[in-house]
Amino acid sequence: MKINIYLLATLLLTALFSANSAAKVVHQERSMYRNILVEDTGNLRCLKFNVKSKKTNQSCFLKSDPNRLVFNYTKLMFSGMIVNPNPSRILIVGLGGGTMSNTLHQLLPNAEIENIEIDPAVIKVARQYFSFFENDKVTSKVVDGRIFIKRALLKKQQYDWIILDAFNGDYIPEHLMTKEFLEEAKTLLSDTGVLTANTFSISDLYDYESSTYQAVFGDFYQVKNKRQENRIILATKQKLPSKAQLKMNVAALGSRLQPYDVNIVNVFNNFTAKQDWPENAPILTDQFSPANLLNQ
Amino acid sequence: MTLAWQNRLIYLLAFCSGFSIMGVELLGGRILAPFFGSSVHIWGSIITVFMLSLSIGYLYGGKLSTQNANLTRYGIIFILAGILVLPIALWGNPIMETIFVAIEDSRYGSLAAASALFLLPTIVLGMISPYSVRLLVTSKEQSGQVAGILYFVSTLGSAMGTIFTSFYFVLWFEVNTIIVSYSALLVVLGATAMTFQKLANQAQLTTEEVAHEN
Repeated sequence: MKINIYLLATLLLTALFSANSAAKVVHQERSMYRNILVEDTGNLRCLKFNVKSKKTNQSCFLKSDPNRLVFNYTKLMFSGMIVNPNPSRILIVGLGGGTMSNTLHQLLPNAEIENIEIDPAVIKVARQYFSFFENDKVTSKVVDGRIFIKRALLKKQQYDWIILDAFNGDYIPEHLMTKEFLEEAKTLLSDTGVLTANTFSISDLYDYESSTYQAVFGDFYQVKNKRQENRIILATKQKLPSKAQLKMNVAALGSRLQPYDVNIVNVFNNFTAKQDWPENAPILTDQFSPANLLNQ
Repeated sequence: MTLAWQNRLIYLLAFCSGFSIMGVELLGGRILAPFFGSSVHIWGSIITVFMLSLSIGYLYGGKLSTQNANLTRYGIIFILAGILVLPIALWGNPIMETIFVAIEDSRYGSLAAASALFLLPTIVLGMISPYSVRLLVTSKEQSGQVAGILYFVSTLGSAMGTIFTSFYFVLWFEVNTIIVSYSALLVVLGATAMTFQKLANQAQLTTEEVAHEN
């Protein structure tokens, strides 16, 4: 038994070491907003935004198997499909490598997918290094998320699924985390619409953010992975469906998502509507949103 | 004695005006973000409008100081600035909403919004520096030194306004509360300057009366 543990540890260390030593920078550039780094580690290609921080990986994919989703939080994002299995209009705020968009287009070839990203360099890198593709169904646009949503509201547009993935851990666009912004996003949802947001699992911000979502959406689900590195907030335009109501959708989704290495049953089992933040946690508004100061 | 106190008051007021200018400028980014985003051009718009306004303010303030300069008029500049800062908190949202709908490009939208909100108050705040120099200078020899100390004090105020607003105030208060506080501060300082002038006039009057009686 003991030997096995040692063996495992040695194997792990060797794997880590060799992985580190083999990392090769394929592309590097300083954009208007950040440093962008594309790194190859054997078969694994990752997009990084800031070299020094620990939470650097934005998006990863396997060059030999681009369909397989590598990132845990990306898999958790598919929880949106449990609520709305066939969305026809999808809005993705924050492109990253574009893996979410690519996967969704394969899954839902008839759905209109709009990607918006503030940094033109990120779109360029996604196209060039992460096989991000666009066609008449899939589009991308360089625009601030808040502005896009405000303009979409003026045009009376609606989306069945809004995916918020604009936070990279180092710097938070504070105007994308306020009550007013979430109200705008909620208004933009269709009647069956669902919003999934990749949010913060640690730091003081957790309570503020939770409280803000609750103020706008009422009850919502949190989806976390075992290591609690990420949490996805899942909220709906209408009243939040119960887990019992959703259970039927999960069974049907299982086989659809399996090719992408998403175990939707696991994801579903991680759903929790339990309130794990203090009742009186302050909410973030356009008037009060020191998100970056709280995230320390 | 009175002159020494008057100079101290002017330096204090110049410090506070520097503090307010940068405090308001810093909040500008936060105020514009919901409508125009947080891209680098937002700061381009804000800084452009502030620099432009200050340059115009310097010109007007200098011009104004050539005629009958006194603390009462100096105080009125502060009160006017305080009043002009207030609409940022009161009508900021409807103003930005209108501009957002009218101008599609967020660069020009943010420039128009920054102008609408910050141009007038910052012009008036810019008038304070040259006017202060006029009130402080008594001889040609020390004019450079007076201007140097004044820049020191007001720019130090700007530095303090920047750091306190960005590090602490936004963590403690709502944006509008901070704006209204700056407005109130400027009005109170203006009223103080006017009161000081009034008291000085009375004191002078009394001295003259005493001189007459003798």
